[in-house]
Amino acid sequence: MSSPIRQLLDEAAKSCPNQNEVRDNIVKSIYSSAENITSNTQYVEDKKSTDWSRKIDNILTSPIWGFPIMLALLTTVFWITIAGANVPSSMLATGLFWIEDRLTEVFMALNAPGWLRGFLVTGVYRSLAWVVSVMLPPMAIFFPIFTLLEDLGYLPRVAFNMDRFFKKAGAHGKQALTMSMGFGCNAAGIISCRIIESPRERLIAILTNNFVPCNGRFPILIALATIFIGGSVAASISSIIATLTVAGLVVFGITITLFISWLLSKTLLKGVPSSFTLELPPYRKPKIGEVIVRSILDRTIFVLTRAMIIAAPAGGIVWIMANTMVGDTSLLAAFASWLNPFAQLMGMDGFILTAFILGLPANEIVFPILIMSYISGSGMLELSSLEALRHLLVDENGWTWLTALCTMVFALCHWPCGTTLYTIQKEQHSWYWTFLAIAIPTAVGIVTCMIINLLAKGFGLV
Amino acid sequence: MGLTYQSTGITSRENFNITCISNEPVIALAGNPNTGKSTLFNALTGLRQHTGNWPGKTVLQSKGTYIYNTRKYLVVDLPGTYSLLANSVEEEVARDFICFAKPEVTIVVVDSTCMERNLNMVLQVMEITSNVIVCLNLIDEARRKKIQIDTEKLSRTLGIPVIPTAARNKEGIEELMNTTNKLISGQIKPRPNLVKYDKKLEDAILHLESKIKPLLGDELSTRWIALRLLDRDTKLISALEDFYDKHKILEMSKEVMA
Amino acid sequence: MKGSITLDTVPSNTFALITSINADGPTRRRLLDLGLVPGTRVEVLQRSPMGDPVAYNIRGAVIALRKEESSQVQTSR
Repeated sequence: MSSPIRQLLDEAAKSCPNQNEVRDNIVKSIYSSAENITSNTQYVEDKKSTDWSRKIDNILTSPIWGFPIMLALLTTVFWITIAGANVPSSMLATGLFWIEDRLTEVFMALNAPGWLRGFLVTGVYRSLAWVVSVMLPPMAIFFPIFTLLEDLGYLPRVAFNMDRFFKKAGAHGKQALTMSMGFGCNAAGIISCRIIESPRERLIAILTNNFVPCNGRFPILIALATIFIGGSVAASISSIIATLTVAGLVVFGITITLFISWLLSKTLLKGVPSSFTLELPPYRKPKIGEVIVRSILDRTIFVLTRAMIIAAPAGGIVWIMANTMVGDTSLLAAFASWLNPFAQLMGMDGFILTAFILGLPANEIVFPILIMSYISGSGMLELSSLEALRHLLVDENGWTWLTALCTMVFALCHWPCGTTLYTIQKEQHSWYWTFLAIAIPTAVGIVTCMIINLLAKGFGLV
Repeated sequence: MGLTYQSTGITSRENFNITCISNEPVIALAGNPNTGKSTLFNALTGLRQHTGNWPGKTVLQSKGTYIYNTRKYLVVDLPGTYSLLANSVEEEVARDFICFAKPEVTIVVVDSTCMERNLNMVLQVMEITSNVIVCLNLIDEARRKKIQIDTEKLSRTLGIPVIPTAARNKEGIEELMNTTNKLISGQIKPRPNLVKYDKKLEDAILHLESKIKPLLGDELSTRWIALRLLDRDTKLISALEDFYDKHKILEMSKEVMA
Repeated sequence: MKGSITLDTVPSNTFALITSINADGPTRRRLLDLGLVPGTRVEVLQRSPMGDPVAYNIRGAVIALRKEESSQVQTSR
């Protein structure tokens, strides 16, 4: 027997059999009521007042200017971040490493055992110092600018401009919005995928979100682009060249996103694009003060704290690994040399790949781990500037521009961080999709790096 | 707490992750996206939380509290939706919350510069509950665009309180809290003027209402349920079946007690 | 019907009067809920740089629709 509610439903169906007619009637009556009420209570004095939103839209979404402006804005944001982060980064590094020296002196004065000083100062403290000096300045610049664009209402326009590409890739235009969130944090990007209605397109957006560099990986790109690409040209244009490199990598990431989305929609996630509606809200004047406070408090401090919480123990563990001897090499060096042949095929070395693997909890610590593993194998005791970093990488460990490029590409395309994976698992309740979220970007990264490496060496460019 | 929505048994506040401290009134914020709903939420609760300017930003359901006249209120920021009729997850969450969690007051946030579109939502909420306040937000924008709104007349026409606000500048927030307070204490009794449909539909509604009442009692709006039945809204119907089962058990236990 | 065309073919910067929705199911609901009810005057705004989607002013809000949806909306000029 059907439930009483179902019986009521049958009764309803009997009295009004045409479902479309009922729906049309309901919506029409509601809208005409709203129309009547509005015309009776609202007076528009000056109907000709300039519609600024429309004027701005005609430029920002025009066939001629739409894409150039988008690219220019993207590049400008990166340029301000890179150029602006340089000086405070090195100041922070100088200051924090001065403190490290004082800490060492304190430990010496207290006659503390060498291993304790090594673990706490060289391991834990130095990782923290690197995370702060490499991450804080770019984040403190990038987040407020990005929040500003968000508050102005520019992001929906990006989705509007880009939708055609996403449609061709069998994905949803709102994926442009979830990718934008990914610039801040991929885990946040994954959560924001809820705005995509269709489960198929939402999954595509989730599986490809990692191709947008989050704030943990951004500093790796910036630092390497500044040292290797920017550093190889005249100082006057170095930050511009570094910017173009980072922007180029991001555009590469977007291209990969579209390609993988297309591939998924043709294979594992077959289907037709679902219905698409996107509101373009009027532009609003953001409150600058509020934007700065919110982006610094909610985003910068949040991300930095998370990074520091993970970096501190990770730094300690890596120090132990670098100082635990297996035969005549350290545990870390043994692991790295085991990975080395494979890493070399990808244009990197064993230590770089080790750093990426140990960086699984958070991408922010990949670079500090790498530096520490290099330092523990060298005679260097101090590392207080980008120049010293360049020396460490190039002179002591044989980095070339190819190593830097492959590391940057791999930073862009490899497994998502632990938090992001946890979020994917929580959103999808599926180990299968979580596994694919690891496998897809990793495969893309390995293949791309190998191709770059082969081509560069084949053409004798290195 | 994230917006973890399950379409199973939605009949009490606990199902919405709301731990109710006795006599702490619940206030729901509903409205279209981009109406400054989250800004209003921040203005009310003082919670620092990011509010972007793009659709779907409130994917996480936010909760906060404020204190007015020594009384504590719990505010729930519902997902921004254009309507409560379609079948998106956001719409379902917002609708089920208003219908089944029965907040003491539902504030519908309206963009004053785009009133007609937003009233659509107000009219739909009024069908579910009569404890509605319209918050004419972004009133400063409307002034700038030389749009005047006769709030008195609007309030009379709708039959519910209308409060103009500019949440960005905290304008009208005090007044909104005051009106909310008055509505809860019974000093204001809203009498919503509901949308009239064509005769055929109204007849069908009337007929169904007479059958719904004995089944479900007065706890839910029978007119609204009749409309949803006529609209064949399957998701709501399964939620109603759950409600009916619990309602029946409650009625039976009452009989036993008597 | 004379002058009856679907919304996707209406040129930019002109108005169109909605006469009916040719879709069923969820798409129909969605379009109606956006305010595309018969009798509504819609202004066609700019096209995206690639020609699709197109932005429309529907009852005071600017909403972008893909060709797949707008071609299911019947209008008269």
